[in-house]
Amino acid sequence: MRDVAVIGIGCTKFGEHWNRSFRDLFVEAGSLALEDAKMSGEKIDAMYVGNMSAGRFVEQEHIGALIADYAGMASRHIPSTRVEAACASGGLAFRQAVIAVASGMEDIVVAAGVEKMTDVAPGASTDALTGAADREWEGFVGATFPGLYAMIAQDYMHKYGMTREQLAHVAVKNHYNGARNPIAQFPSEITLDTVLKSTMVADPLRLFDCSPITDGAAAVIVAPLERAKEFTDTPIKVLATAQASDSIALHDRRDISTLDASVAAGQRAFKMAKLTQKDINMVEVHDCFSIAEICAIEDLGFCKKGTAGKFTADGETALGGKIPVNTSGGLKSCGHPVGATGIKQVCEIVQQLRGEAGKRQVDNAKVGMTHNVGGTGATVAVHILGRV
Amino acid sequence: MTVARFWRKIPQRYNLIGTKCTTCGRHFFPPRTFCPDCRRNGKIVDHKFAGLGTVVTYTVIMTEPDQFASPGPYVLAIIKLDEGPQMTSQVICDPKEAKIGMRVKSVFRKIATDGESGIIHYGTKFVPVE
Repeated sequence: MRDVAVIGIGCTKFGEHWNRSFRDLFVEAGSLALEDAKMSGEKIDAMYVGNMSAGRFVEQEHIGALIADYAGMASRHIPSTRVEAACASGGLAFRQAVIAVASGMEDIVVAAGVEKMTDVAPGASTDALTGAADREWEGFVGATFPGLYAMIAQDYMHKYGMTREQLAHVAVKNHYNGARNPIAQFPSEITLDTVLKSTMVADPLRLFDCSPITDGAAAVIVAPLERAKEFTDTPIKVLATAQASDSIALHDRRDISTLDASVAAGQRAFKMAKLTQKDINMVEVHDCFSIAEICAIEDLGFCKKGTAGKFTADGETALGGKIPVNTSGGLKSCGHPVGATGIKQVCEIVQQLRGEAGKRQVDNAKVGMTHNVGGTGATVAVHILGRV
Repeated sequence: MTVARFWRKIPQRYNLIGTKCTTCGRHFFPPRTFCPDCRRNGKIVDHKFAGLGTVVTYTVIMTEPDQFASPGPYVLAIIKLDEGPQMTSQVICDPKEAKIGMRVKSVFRKIATDGESGIIHYGTKFVPVE
């Protein structure tokens, strides 16, 4: 296998893009990534695009060809492939691009992610997202995504005694970080009260425990490490790529509040990179709901099971803490355009490793990790990236 | 949901009929036709569940999807059936009464409606056992 590096990144602003179409978003992200890599699009050999549900959100399928076409590649006939694993679609698109380059099959590959979620009514987007769970045996009886994660939260709080206030710290910390990220959908700081007094969505989760509905796109360009210097002075090496799966339905899990796929993907990634948790300077985890971040930092081994609430309330996951988590603002504050999230996480870690993260910069960042979850944990993609 | 898709589901939707692997004795609901433990050595037969179980975890859904909107907030739970498997369903009770470890039994109820003139979906919900 060849070593692989990220040589370019690009991200649209996340938010409600009512004046722009699905294709405008990914063309912008792709152009930004090419500009960043100081590269012409003619060098691209292949593309992978993560997208969960354009069919439901904008009634468009066949995303691979569409993206290549509007990126100006139609006459070059490059292979372009859509990758889908619900909210982990972006993470899997990145992994496919890395594998394509590592194998020697392709040289310069784009991994993109895009979702346009505000073109349908809120009820329709919630229903489309339910397809990430088991439609026949969860969605049918009235399970919603906030509902499923609320059942994880209820189980977790019952077992480990985490308080409602400790859980709220996740959102407060992520909004603090997001307020320092120019692409964030909700770049405003909040207080514990903002969370605790917000509308109840699914007990115990309130509105400010939930990530929003978002439009956005992100793209990264990967290349063999040996060629990376042709394009950039600061290539970021992919130290590990890992993926794991689990039962589609939450009710079939060994333990409701442990995402075994996170545990498996995390362990595989650490093994591949020959690193441990102590080597990671910051991690982007999949905080689609506040409880998801609590589970993630435990499942990835950054703190012991049952202790993440206190760990978070003590500031250990904040900027300047033991392990800064979601410096981008996470899904909560930065936004969650489902298919784009996994790619945005890579963009954030690359910015941190290059020292380009501005007011949310982690000092002396050398190694970073991304953790992208599909559904309630049926798919997990974990990547470790490092400075060369 | 179309009529064909809904009718196709009748045995499992209207009754707690799942499956059982006679090789290892493991029960499945929702039904599986392939035993994850015994794999191709497993022999799968239908099994009717008694309908008694325990709430493993739950939530109260305050923002109901349109098709579930009529009854207002509802209790969604993961229930461990006495035979072993876990399933997701609603528990018909005062949301304040819902708790982990509560004993429940299955009942046949309306689940959702596809708008005013659409299909009414029926299926299994649970009620507390005194």
